[in-house]
Amino acid sequence: MIELSNLILLLVVLINFYTLGTSRLVACIRAVAIQGGLLALLPLVAHGLSLHTLILAFWALLIKAILIPTLLTRTIREVRIHREIEPLVGFVPTLALGALVTSGAFIFANYLPLIAEHRGSLFIPTALATFFSGFLLLMTRRKAITQVVGYLILENGIFIFGILLSEAMPLMVEAGVLLDMLVGIFVMGIVINQISREFSTMNTGRLSALKE
Amino acid sequence: MNLLLAAIALLMSGALMSLIAGRRQNLAYTFALTAISGAAFLIAGAVMPLLLHPQTLIASHNWLVPGGTFALSVDPLAAFFLLPIAILPPLAAIYAGAYLKDDGKSRNLAPHWALYALLMASLIMVVMAANVLLFIAAWEIMTISSFFLVSYDHQHSEVREAAWLYLLVAHFGLLLITAFFLLAGSHCGSLNFVDFAPLTQAGPTLTAILFLLALGGFGIKAGLFPFFVWLPAAHPVAPSHVSALMSGLVVNAGLYGVLRAMLLLPPLSALWGAIILTLGLLGALYGIAMAMLQKDVKRCLAYSTVENIGIIFMGIGLGVLATAQQLPVVAALAFAGALLHIWNHTLFKGLLFLGAGTLLHATGTRNLDQMGGLLKRMPQAGLLIIGGSVALAALPPLNGFASEWLIYLGLLHAGVAMSGVSALGISMVLVLFGIVGTLAVVTFTRLIGIALLGEARSPAAAKAHDATPAMLWPMRLLLLGCLLIGLLPQLTLHLLTPVLNQMTPTAVPELNATFAQSGQIGLWGMILCAALIIVALLLTALQRRRPTTPATTWGCGFPRPTARMAYTAESYSGIAHHHLLPQALQPKLSTKRPRSLFPATVQFFQHSQEALLQRCYQPLFSALAERCVRLRWLQQGKQHLYLLYIFICCAGLMLWNILADKGL
Repeated sequence: MIELSNLILLLVVLINFYTLGTSRLVACIRAVAIQGGLLALLPLVAHGLSLHTLILAFWALLIKAILIPTLLTRTIREVRIHREIEPLVGFVPTLALGALVTSGAFIFANYLPLIAEHRGSLFIPTALATFFSGFLLLMTRRKAITQVVGYLILENGIFIFGILLSEAMPLMVEAGVLLDMLVGIFVMGIVINQISREFSTMNTGRLSALKE
Repeated sequence: MNLLLAAIALLMSGALMSLIAGRRQNLAYTFALTAISGAAFLIAGAVMPLLLHPQTLIASHNWLVPGGTFALSVDPLAAFFLLPIAILPPLAAIYAGAYLKDDGKSRNLAPHWALYALLMASLIMVVMAANVLLFIAAWEIMTISSFFLVSYDHQHSEVREAAWLYLLVAHFGLLLITAFFLLAGSHCGSLNFVDFAPLTQAGPTLTAILFLLALGGFGIKAGLFPFFVWLPAAHPVAPSHVSALMSGLVVNAGLYGVLRAMLLLPPLSALWGAIILTLGLLGALYGIAMAMLQKDVKRCLAYSTVENIGIIFMGIGLGVLATAQQLPVVAALAFAGALLHIWNHTLFKGLLFLGAGTLLHATGTRNLDQMGGLLKRMPQAGLLIIGGSVALAALPPLNGFASEWLIYLGLLHAGVAMSGVSALGISMVLVLFGIVGTLAVVTFTRLIGIALLGEARSPAAAKAHDATPAMLWPMRLLLLGCLLIGLLPQLTLHLLTPVLNQMTPTAVPELNATFAQSGQIGLWGMILCAALIIVALLLTALQRRRPTTPATTWGCGFPRPTARMAYTAESYSGIAHHHLLPQALQPKLSTKRPRSLFPATVQFFQHSQEALLQRCYQPLFSALAERCVRLRWLQQGKQHLYLLYIFICCAGLMLWNILADKGL
């Protein structure tokens, strides 16, 4: 079982890199959907089959892998954006930063005061790496959609962390899934308000007009 | 315990149902009222046995919030604060139904009723909570629901500003409360009140820090002297029934916090007693002096709340002082007075805010100078307001007198028992307390005289109508409560015994003597009532025997008395404030005098300011704000940068945590 979960976790890390490096939004969203699907498997793999893990997996699959990616794809179609052009930090530097952050996460995880059974497992470093990659995406991209994707990845990082705790603190994990609903509402907000049909004004940079 | 939980559940479902009912006004109101009054009965049923046969109920349930347990505990102190929650909200809700009837035609009141029920539920929860997180959650729900209730008329900028001030100040208080609880929790290694026992062995420095935090944090809510600035801003702008609740119950929550902190901490030293006593006295003096100057009826009542809270803190301070100096008689009298005054304040301040609401409803203004002659037009409400004012001015035979009398007695005993400087200090306090009482009489004769007597000062006042029975009955019941406590204080004090036992265990043997003394007040009160009734009957009989014909008073020169001849609100209190108040508190005057020999237009405006807010807090905070402008470069308006800040902050915290663990 451990090999399987490690495989999933490695795939998750690879997907992080993919989203950091690609400029195509559709690919980005698909990658996140796959990542969500992989994560939905994790509770089953890590804790075995039980009602609680099944429910958790079901909701994660429904929300992370199906619902939100569908909404995002539809949004893209409606506002006709396909590429992230001129990110704040270029793709190659972001990738490099991502690699740095990921390796940092792996080193850092060794220093964490973990309980014995979590020591050496890939869960914690992957969670941290995913979390930081999401953050990186949020910080370096301009388009609202990419930011939503970044937020989703960040959320996935928290979810991986939460799986370790899902026995101890079920509420935290479920609240994490609920956070995804928040993203869903975010997306709906973009669709409904349609910040504009125009290409340029989907930039969140315009939000700086809100500064006093 | 289950009854109380059921009450909370009932209130929550009532709130939900009235929200669902939405625009169907009557249905929404019915749901809310049913829930509120049902909950009130449940609370009363749960609490009365606790006060009669003291015991502590404890319950603990699992709560899925990390670090929190759903721990509840109802000891006599909690029961003492729960009882007013069973009385005021249902009465104010009945009143509010009639009060807001006109508003209901043009706007959706369902959120208002839902928030009202929520506020009541959170008040219950605050008092019951025995876990830090639960307490803070309930406290925050209380603050936020009362914030929304205050900002009912949010289309006016005055209301919005007052509500924001309240929210700001309340959150500053929450900061201090959180600091208090976290410090206490980290000292004891648990967030449940049950495990706070090690706190009673805390050293003097820790005790001082903790008590200062608690006094500041809860004092802000309670309206303790330097922190009460939100009270005179928020009370006037809220709808009257909400003001009644804010002044009668939300403020009590602050008092509960202070008393609870006192129970959790080791016995306080005499110095702390003196500090609380001084703060209370300053609050009472400041509050009543400002109340005397206000043109706005509800602002006047809000300042009077500051005064009464000051009196309650005086009682608490004296009690702490006396307990520390082993004067059990004084401690018993002082604590009994303070606790009784808490109940009394809920009753008569509720009554008067509801009364001010009837005036506002009838005339459409809160300005005293535009009322006048209302006793003739609204005799029922007018009489009730007079009754409430008598209680609030602490005149016998009503309840305000009973509790203040106990504090006076305590001060007198303390003055006799102590020696040297402390005796001098106590007698100074006694004299100043006397001045507070006198000013209270001035304030409330002014309120009655200017609003209810004389001629109508505005067309609106001339067309005023009396309140409807739904508005009058709650007020009647509150006045009845005031009268009962005033006439039978010993019975009420009997209910307070378990609480007194908690606050000052050494004083218990002295309690019977205290009760006997208060019994005498009740007796004298009854004699006074009887005398008044006999005199009234005699006068009526005389009048019937020799009927009088009403005629104009001397036709010479004043055939028609007009409002311009009467004292205004400003002139009535003028004599008192010109001679008594220090320069800083004097109201701002702007006059236009005639310059030539011939008569000309004369103008005179008087505007009273909130000196503490304008002279202390606003300069302080604007200076702070100016300093902070230098940090403006941090605010770039770019979301990415903000995210970077968050990232750096989180990463820094994680690193620090790890390094701290390694002992670096």
